[in-house]
Amino acid sequence: MSGKKTSKSKIRNTLIVIGIIAVAVAAAYILLFMPLANVPAWMSDIRNAFYGSAFYSDFENNFIADKRYMYIVKGLGVTFEVTFFAVLLGIVLGVIVALVRSSYDTLKEELKGGFGKAVLYFFYKLCGIYLTVIRGTPVVVQLMIIYFVIFASSNNKIMVAVLAFGINSGAYVAEIIRGGIMSIDKGQFEAGRSLGFGYVRTMAFIIIPQAFKTVLPALANEFIVLIKETSVSGYVGLQELTKGGDIIRSRTYSAFMPLIAVAIIYLVIVMFFSWLVSLLERRLKNSER
Amino acid sequence: MSADNNVIISVTDLKKYYNDGEVKALDGVTTDIRKGEVVVVIGPSGSGKSTFLRSLNLLERPTGGKITFDGADIMAPSTDINKLRQKMGMVFQHFNLFPHLTILRNMTIAPMKLHGLSKEEAEKKAISLLERVGLADRANAYPSQLSGGQKQRIAIVRALAMEPEVMLFDEPTSALDPEMVGEVLEVMKNLAKAGMTMVCVTHEMGFAREVGTRVIFMDCGKIIEENTPEQIFTNPQNERLQAFLQKVL
Repeated sequence: MSGKKTSKSKIRNTLIVIGIIAVAVAAAYILLFMPLANVPAWMSDIRNAFYGSAFYSDFENNFIADKRYMYIVKGLGVTFEVTFFAVLLGIVLGVIVALVRSSYDTLKEELKGGFGKAVLYFFYKLCGIYLTVIRGTPVVVQLMIIYFVIFASSNNKIMVAVLAFGINSGAYVAEIIRGGIMSIDKGQFEAGRSLGFGYVRTMAFIIIPQAFKTVLPALANEFIVLIKETSVSGYVGLQELTKGGDIIRSRTYSAFMPLIAVAIIYLVIVMFFSWLVSLLERRLKNSER
Repeated sequence: MSADNNVIISVTDLKKYYNDGEVKALDGVTTDIRKGEVVVVIGPSGSGKSTFLRSLNLLERPTGGKITFDGADIMAPSTDINKLRQKMGMVFQHFNLFPHLTILRNMTIAPMKLHGLSKEEAEKKAISLLERVGLADRANAYPSQLSGGQKQRIAIVRALAMEPEVMLFDEPTSALDPEMVGEVLEVMKNLAKAGMTMVCVTHEMGFAREVGTRVIFMDCGKIIEENTPEQIFTNPQNERLQAFLQKVL
C-alpha cells in the first residue's frame, strides 16, 4: 500500500510550511526590531515608512495603546474555557440521550412490560421533550433565559455560558450519535447478541466503536459550530473573544482592525482543529483497506 | 419428550405472527433436536425457515409456543438468554464479522469478555481454529481484506471459539459467489463429522442429502414433511414438497 509514500510527502509539506513561517518571522524581526546600527540604510527606510504609515498607527491605536490586545488575549482564554467545558457537557448529555432513545427503540420488544420498561419509557419521553425544546429555540434565547431567569441570583457568567452551550450542543450531539448508531447494520447487533453479549456490551464493544467512526465528521462540525456560537455570549456580558474585539472597537471608534483580527483568530482555530480531525480520521480508516 | 435426554432443543407449537396475526411467519412448529443431529431445514422463500432458526436463540421473539434448551425454557423471565446464547453458535447469511476488528480480535473478543480467557489462551485457541479452516495466515487481516468464502469460514470459527453445544446456520452460502460455496460447505461437513449438533437453513440440496441426518421441509410457517434425507429426496410424500423439489433439483 501507499502508506509510506504519503507519509514522506506529508513530512516534506510540513517542513515547507515550517520553513516559510521561520523566514517570515526572521524577515519581520530584521525589518522592524533589529537595532538600527546593524541594518543597511535601505532597510531602515522601509522601517521608517512602515512605522510612519496609517496602517501602523491604526494597529498601534487598536492593539498596543493601553495594552488593548489584552482584551483579545483574555477573551480568547474565556472562549476556550467555555467551549472546552461546553463540549464535554454536550458529549456527555448527547451520549446519554442517544443511548436512551436508541435503546428504547431496540429493547421495547425484549422488555416485556414491568418496572424497567416504565422507567425507560419515562426517560425516552423526557429526552424527546429535551430535543424538541432545545432544537426549537434559538441558543441566544436559551442563554438569556439561563442567565436572567434561572440563574438570576448568580453572576457566574462562564458557568451560565457553559451550561447554555453544553445543553444546547447536547441535543445536536444526541441526534448525531443516534444517527451513527442507526447507521450500523442490524446484523452487527445480532452477531454480538448471538455470541452471548448483552445489550450494553454489544453497544460498547461492537456498535459504538463503529458508530464513532461514521459520526466523527459530524461531531467535528458540531464542535466548530459550538466554538463560533460562543460569540453570542456578549448578550449576557461575558467578555469572550468577540466581545473583547467589540470593546476595542467601542474605545477606538475603528472597526476594521479589531473585528478582522477576531475573525482571523476564529478562522485559525477552526482550521487547526479541522486538520487535527483529519489526522484522527485517517488513523481510524485503518480497517477499511 | 422429556424422557429423551438426548434432546438439546425442544420446540413446541411455536408461533410468530406479524400485524396481529395477519401474517403468520410461524404457525405451530413442533420438533426436537437431538445431540449430534444435523437437521437441515429447506423450503421456499417466505416459508418461515429463517424465522424458525432465529427463534431458537431468540433473535426473533415468538408470539407463542415454547422452546427449551438443555431443559430450560428460554422465554422464561428468569432465564439468562445471554448465557444460553453462548452455547448456541450462529452463522449468518451476510457473515456479520466485526469490520473494525482484526480476524484474531473477532474471534477472541467473546471468549475473553464472556468466558474470562486470558489474551494468550484465547489467541492460542483462535489460531488452532484458524488452522483448521486454513486461514491462520490471515489472523491479523481485517474482514474487508477477505473474500466472501473466507469471511464465512471465519464467521464459523468465531462461533466455534465459544465452544457451543449447537451451531445454527442461517443460509450460510446464499450470499457467496458460486465458486466459494464449496469451501464453506467443506468446513460445515467436517464440523458435522466431528459430531457437532447443527441446525442448518440452506438451499444446498447436495449438502442436505450428503450431510444431513434429518431434513425438515417447511411451507407457510408449518413443518410439512420431516424425514431422513433419503426419504425426502427419493420418496417425497407431500405434493408441495414434490413440487418444491422439482423446481430446485
